[in-house]
Amino acid sequence: MKCAVFRPEKRRGIAEILEHGEQPTYIARGLGRSYGDVAVNPGGGVITTTRLNRMLTFDEMAGVLECEAGVSLAEILEVFVPRGWFLPVTPGTKFVTIGGAIAHDVHGKNHHVDGSFGQHVDQFTLLTPTGSVLVCSPSENAHVFWATIGGAGLTGFILTARIRLLRISSAYIRVDYRQCPNFDAVLSSIRETDNRYKYSVAWVDCIAKGKSLGRSVLMSGDHVDAESLPASHGDALSVPSRLQPGVPFDFPGFALNPLSIGLFNKLFYARHRTREGQIIDYNTYFYPLDAIHHWNRIYGKKGFTQYQATFPLSGVEGMRALLEKVSASGRASFLAVLKRMGPSSPGMLSHPIDGWTLTLDIPISRDLEPFLNDCDEIVVRHGGRLYMAKDAFTRAEVFAAMYPRLKEFQAVKQQLDPNQKLSSRLARRCGIVDGAIEP
Amino acid sequence: MSAANSVALTTAATIAVGPGTVVVLGVTSAIARALAGEFARRGHDLIVCARDSEETNAIACDLELRHGVRVVAKTFDAEAFETHAAFVDECVRDGNSSLEGVVLGFGFMEEQPVMQKDFAIARRTIDVNVNATISLCELFAAHLEPMRRGFIAGISSVAGDRGRQSNYIYGASKAAMTTYLQGLRNRLHPHGVHVITLKPGFVDTKMTWGLPLPGPLVASPERAARDMHDAIMRGKNVAYIPWFWRYIMLIIRAIPEWQFKKMKM
Repeated sequence: MKCAVFRPEKRRGIAEILEHGEQPTYIARGLGRSYGDVAVNPGGGVITTTRLNRMLTFDEMAGVLECEAGVSLAEILEVFVPRGWFLPVTPGTKFVTIGGAIAHDVHGKNHHVDGSFGQHVDQFTLLTPTGSVLVCSPSENAHVFWATIGGAGLTGFILTARIRLLRISSAYIRVDYRQCPNFDAVLSSIRETDNRYKYSVAWVDCIAKGKSLGRSVLMSGDHVDAESLPASHGDALSVPSRLQPGVPFDFPGFALNPLSIGLFNKLFYARHRTREGQIIDYNTYFYPLDAIHHWNRIYGKKGFTQYQATFPLSGVEGMRALLEKVSASGRASFLAVLKRMGPSSPGMLSHPIDGWTLTLDIPISRDLEPFLNDCDEIVVRHGGRLYMAKDAFTRAEVFAAMYPRLKEFQAVKQQLDPNQKLSSRLARRCGIVDGAIEP
Repeated sequence: MSAANSVALTTAATIAVGPGTVVVLGVTSAIARALAGEFARRGHDLIVCARDSEETNAIACDLELRHGVRVVAKTFDAEAFETHAAFVDECVRDGNSSLEGVVLGFGFMEEQPVMQKDFAIARRTIDVNVNATISLCELFAAHLEPMRRGFIAGISSVAGDRGRQSNYIYGASKAAMTTYLQGLRNRLHPHGVHVITLKPGFVDTKMTWGLPLPGPLVASPERAARDMHDAIMRGKNVAYIPWFWRYIMLIIRAIPEWQFKKMKM
């Protein structure tokens, strides 16, 4: 079943599409970097916001940027890094829109210090499905604010937002690498060192088994002050422009196998010996995959899904069980990502909770769904939850168990959207909104 | 849009240093907005104009913030011919004697079957694409001619190169625009004013959204704008955007009429 895709070029355009009402339901879509079905709506409309990408004001004193929802993080970096400002929070790709960053309450390598993206939003304007425009902030329409942050686009269309940027004096990050021979080693290394760094993330080799299960490289970093940057870097706020290689076609399905991935992971581990004080530009640190266009084609035509589970502090054993299960299954995945998360977000459906998050890339195969359903069971049993931006398979009863504030969210949605005009395949699959789930 | 603007107006006597001001008409079109960005990136101040003041203001703010140049937003209606003289005077005055060029980025297109049935829509196509072009270009030309510098860049279309059943009313308007610009170029050449005809092929804008077009032939507005800026700077007379449309249109124009009339294009 198809989606009708709209791409308005005027801010009024979204309201006009809704008024016209040619489709039964609609959902907003930004740059389409979510892995699952959160921004697709078979049998309904999808409104792409990429042409509504105007930057409107910048308060130089407070560092607050006001812009439309279709502005991408890449555009903000391009304009503001040379002027000494950085994103307060960034996910692993810069090719996402501000609207998407709010709708998923995205997190980054600094979650343990700075929380998620929504906590750096001063205000936004929301076009509700009934056609009114609400100004929302933590003090004004606060319940709508915290329903929309992490609300997967189901409360309305974000028109403009005010984001607090971060002052920087250089575009470089100082990174310390630590090799951790197994899962316990990486957990204790993170526990011991995280409070010393703004950024921290571990890449886990999930092919390694037995005693080496959870073998990792922990990468912890901080912004470098311009004064302590070696003179060889030239202008502290400009970064080397990189060649943009691309993957021109889908790799054949057999290109990724336990052997080739195991080899890649071994090389990765060997390359990142424990060493301190490496200075790398922000693109290399935050967005390694953005450098390769269409990197997803490495997974072949069938593609892959991401499985990101976040556990409370008490759920460490669940995380270990999940890693063991994936490692034993031979469902070859490249490196997994492990991170300690900070305090939970106030967003009703925001995914970050105080604890640990583990992210796995898993190629799509015919028998994947039952396998992931088993994984879901582990996650729920240990009080964890999945991240909507990544999810493609979870069922409604599991989702409800993961998100205890779902009813509270649904009550706000009912107020804003009594006719259930905003919906997506994910919203129906996870039981956030009623409706049949299309194949 | 900036406070600095009013200061600049009072110092009209000073000689402009650096790149001059460029007027972009129809800036709410995706191509014109991207082309305005190409000029702003290189330090040109801008006067951006379109009918929809809310959108024009948003675009002006965006250009100013991204590129750190002065951008003045103006409302203008291509079809309100009687307002053009005052509007052009205002642009020239705000350009502060540093007016460097004008981009004609406005245009109108409706689906061919609609225009066949509704003459008002067909006439509007001619009014916007032809009559407004003539009205505005003559007014700007009168200012640029004595200055003996500057450019007028008209965004025409490959659709004007040959009439096809699927798009011939719009095509006719663009053919008229192309011919008009050709004559204007001839007239202004001795006076040091350059006129360039830009002929984009398929560009990913609201005009082509949803059409079943072959992907590799469709350029992004940013790519089209880069190529247009490049052509303007090189002083080209006619530029196909991107370049390969020159060869596609060469082939399409070479088909004999007795054959062409039987084809579905």
